[in-house]
This record gives sequence, C-alpha cells and structure tokens, in this order.
Amino acid sequence: MTTTRLIDDSIFTDLEGAHEVPALAGSACEGCGTTTFPRQSSCPRCGGVAMSDTALAREGTIWSATVQHFPPKPPFRFDGDFQPFGMGYVDLGAVIVESRFTEGSMDRLAIGTPVELTLLPAFTDEDGTQVLTFAFAPTHREESA
Amino acid sequence: MSSNDVAIVGIGMTQFGRQPGVTGRAMAVEAVTAACADAGTTWPDMQFAFGGTYSCGDADTLISMLGLTGAPFINVYNGCGTGGSALISAVNAIKSGERDLGLVLGFDKHPPGAFNEDPENVGLGSWYGENGFMVTTQFFSTKIQRYMHEYGITEDALARVAEKAYRNGSKSPTAWRQKPVPADQILSSPMVNDPLTKLMFCSPGEGAVALVVASAERARTLTSTPVFVNAAELRSRRFGSFEVYSPWLSPDREVSATTDAARIAFEAAGIGPDDVDVAQIQDTESGAEIMHMAETGLCAHGEQEKLLADGETEIDGRIPINTDGGVLANGEPIGASGLRQIHEITVQLRGHGGERQVPGDPRVGFTHVYGAPGLAACTVLSR
Repeated sequence: MTTTRLIDDSIFTDLEGAHEVPALAGSACEGCGTTTFPRQSSCPRCGGVAMSDTALAREGTIWSATVQHFPPKPPFRFDGDFQPFGMGYVDLGAVIVESRFTEGSMDRLAIGTPVELTLLPAFTDEDGTQVLTFAFAPTHREESA
Repeated sequence: MSSNDVAIVGIGMTQFGRQPGVTGRAMAVEAVTAACADAGTTWPDMQFAFGGTYSCGDADTLISMLGLTGAPFINVYNGCGTGGSALISAVNAIKSGERDLGLVLGFDKHPPGAFNEDPENVGLGSWYGENGFMVTTQFFSTKIQRYMHEYGITEDALARVAEKAYRNGSKSPTAWRQKPVPADQILSSPMVNDPLTKLMFCSPGEGAVALVVASAERARTLTSTPVFVNAAELRSRRFGSFEVYSPWLSPDREVSATTDAARIAFEAAGIGPDDVDVAQIQDTESGAEIMHMAETGLCAHGEQEKLLADGETEIDGRIPINTDGGVLANGEPIGASGLRQIHEITVQLRGHGGERQVPGDPRVGFTHVYGAPGLAACTVLSR
C-alpha cells in the first residue's frame, strides 16, 4: 500500500474533518477582515497582528488561468516525463487563491468556470511516499439549457 | 527653468546582448568612459556616482578601473528599479545644491535562461516552489489573460507588440535582436504559458549604461542639448495589486505600482500623458507593454487593440513606444534596463535617432520600468 503525505501540512486545515479533502488554511484579520493564504501572522492590508485561522471555501470560479508548457527549474518536483499542467487563480469569494488545475488544456480553463478543491499526486519522495498537492477541478454540473 | 533643475548632459551605452569574453565590469567601464566623453568631461570630474548591478558584484569596486579619485561611489540595488533608483539618488544629490555634476551607472551580465529564485528568499514556503509556482512567466500570463478577458484584447495585439519590438530593434545598432520577425512567426513560436509564446518574451541579457547628470547651471557650460529630468519617481506596490509570486490575491483589486509611479511623475513634472512625444515602457513580454500603456496613462484601458492595429505606437505614430525595440529586442540586464530607456529618450530628444528617429522634433519623453516584487520607476524628460 502506498503511503501518502500532503506537500505541506501547514497550508491545510480540517485534516480530520468530514471531507475527504482537507480545506486550504488561511488567516483572517480580526481588524479589517482581510483573508490571506497561506496563514500569515500579520495583515498586509492594515498591519494588524490579531489573525485567526480560517478554512477557505472549497468551491469557486476560475479568475485567470494558463498552462505551464515547460518544466520549471528546481525546487519544482515531478515524476517521470514532464506533463504540461494548468495553473492560475481561483476566486473563492473572501480570497483569490493561486492553484494548480486538474485540467491541462486551456479550453477547459475558461475564466468564470466553476471549480472545486481536490488533491492531486504531485511527486514521489525517495522512500516511495506519494506527495499530494491541492488543485481545483471543474465541477461537472449540468448546465441548465 | 528653476535653479534646482537637473539635466542629463552625457550618455554612454554598450552593445546589448551576448558579448562572450567581455565581463560586465568591462562593459560598465566602457559605458562610463563614453558618457563622460559625451559630456565633454572625464571620470575625475565626477563629484559622485550612484550605480548598481544584480549579477556583477559590487559596483563601487569599479573605481579601481575608473580611477581612484576619492569621490563617493554609492551602490544602489533595487531589482528592476536599480537604474531608476540610482538616477533618483543622483537627481536628489544635485537638487540638494551640494553637488553639480555626477554619474549614474547600471550594468549586468546574466547567464542564459529564465531567472531562478528560491521561494525562501521571497518569504514563501518550499511547497510553493515544489508545486511549480516559482515561474515568473506564469505571473505575466495569468495577468494578461485576465486583462484580455476584461478589456477585449486579442492575441493579434500581443503579436503586434513583439513584431514592432523586433522591427525597431533592427533599426538600433546596439540592440540584441536585430532581425525583424513577422507576426505569424511570433504567434506560431512555442507556447510558454498561454497566451504568451516564446517570441513574446524577453530574455535575461547583458549591457551597461551610464549617464552624466548636472545642475541646469552647470549643464549650460557643458552642452547645447541638455535633457532635463522633470520628474523621477519610484513607487512600491500597495495592497491589492497583482504581483509576481502571489499565492493569493485580494478580491479588492487595487491599481499597480506603475499607475501610482506614473501619476506622481506626471504631477511632479506638471506635464500630462497627452504631452508625451516618445515613451519607453517596460515590455518584459508583449502583454506587459499593452497593460503598461494604460497603467501609465498613455491610453485608456481597452484602447490598446485599436492603437496597435492602427500603428499609433510605431516610430511614426501618434505615441511612439519602445523606439529602440525595448526589452524584447535588447534583452533584460536588470541593472541596465531602466537606464537604457533614459538613454534612448535622450537620443530621441537630441534628434540623434537616425533610422529610428521619431519625426516632428520630439520635446517630451517618458520612461517606465516595472519589476519584482512590485515596484515601478517613471521619469518625465524634456528638452
């Protein structure tokens, strides 16, 4: 059985929750309400230091997207042959988050597309542990005609 | 003309692009020597120097090659704003009245390939790099993708910017890229990050630029063609702007550092964007030039598509932009880029542009650099 780990526990929250996929962890400023991702100990808008943990929404829409066509330099890690991947920004309401997409083709990544949080195998550690990162996938809802 | 006006009285620039066997320091000395000669001065006349480089060590150690005169040489390093910051420091030194003649220098020599940054250096966890996000081209692409969606800009406009850059580069003897490239070839070159292809991006490069600046009074004794620095302003980003290496953005969008720096520079100069006869703006890639056209106030958002289609930003257009081919044709030696723009405006305002001279006797120029982690430097220049 393959063991797995998250790419970095500190960017997730609700690890033992009801959801199959842990939520992304942000901080909410108690002074001005700004939400950051990942967690931050101070607020870049007002300079406040009263920040509380918050779980980010799991659903949103694509704010912008591109496809990464060439393999990034280290510290990027990947298994086997490089496959182009989609990435961009997802509007979650309180915050717009940079993320990988499960889709690697621009015709599936139009701005405004509804997407939901998932986990994606990113690379494998030397000991065989599979490392999972967060990604957003288009939600497959039927369009009402 | 007020008593504390500052003028550019000498300019010197090396060839841009790869110069195997020539060190960045040698290029810097070449640029300084040329600038001093252009001003009818020599290095020992310089009362101070502000200079910087990203990849070539400590700029101030050049004094062992230039001459050990005892004058203060102050290192300035501020990313892509290095040249602009050095100029601002020099302008302030002269405005203070303490000095009336000095030197500004920027130079660099980068290895081929995209810049590579460690996420820890910019305050991000290692997961960010492992995830494949330490890639500047992703920022440029997602920013222009959003912009195209909001303002109806097309891939044709992106291709036109690069086509113009290579065409103008072919008219600039010091440019790296000297061969015109047709738009269809630009569009069909390998995709880097949608919608930007390889030929829509600049590359890290090599080059050195030096300027001799003087008080207006001193300038009159040195040259009949001084170019005045009406304003030189640097601004960093405010909350809500969209910058490179951002794991998140605020839904409350704010204007970029470019918009702030340009507005403040125009206000300080008492000159408006409509008065600009020739402009150099940061064109790290095609989309950047398009967005910066509007962010600097040279046109309205969304107007770029038509301006480009109508050739209005060509050398003989209404608002010529990047007449020397910009960063796309000259490459990006970080320390030198901002000063190359000022060099080109000075050439144009002196009427020495040769094949790429803007017609109609231009009087007012504008420059703009933008870089990580969200800073912009703008100047307004006139003769």
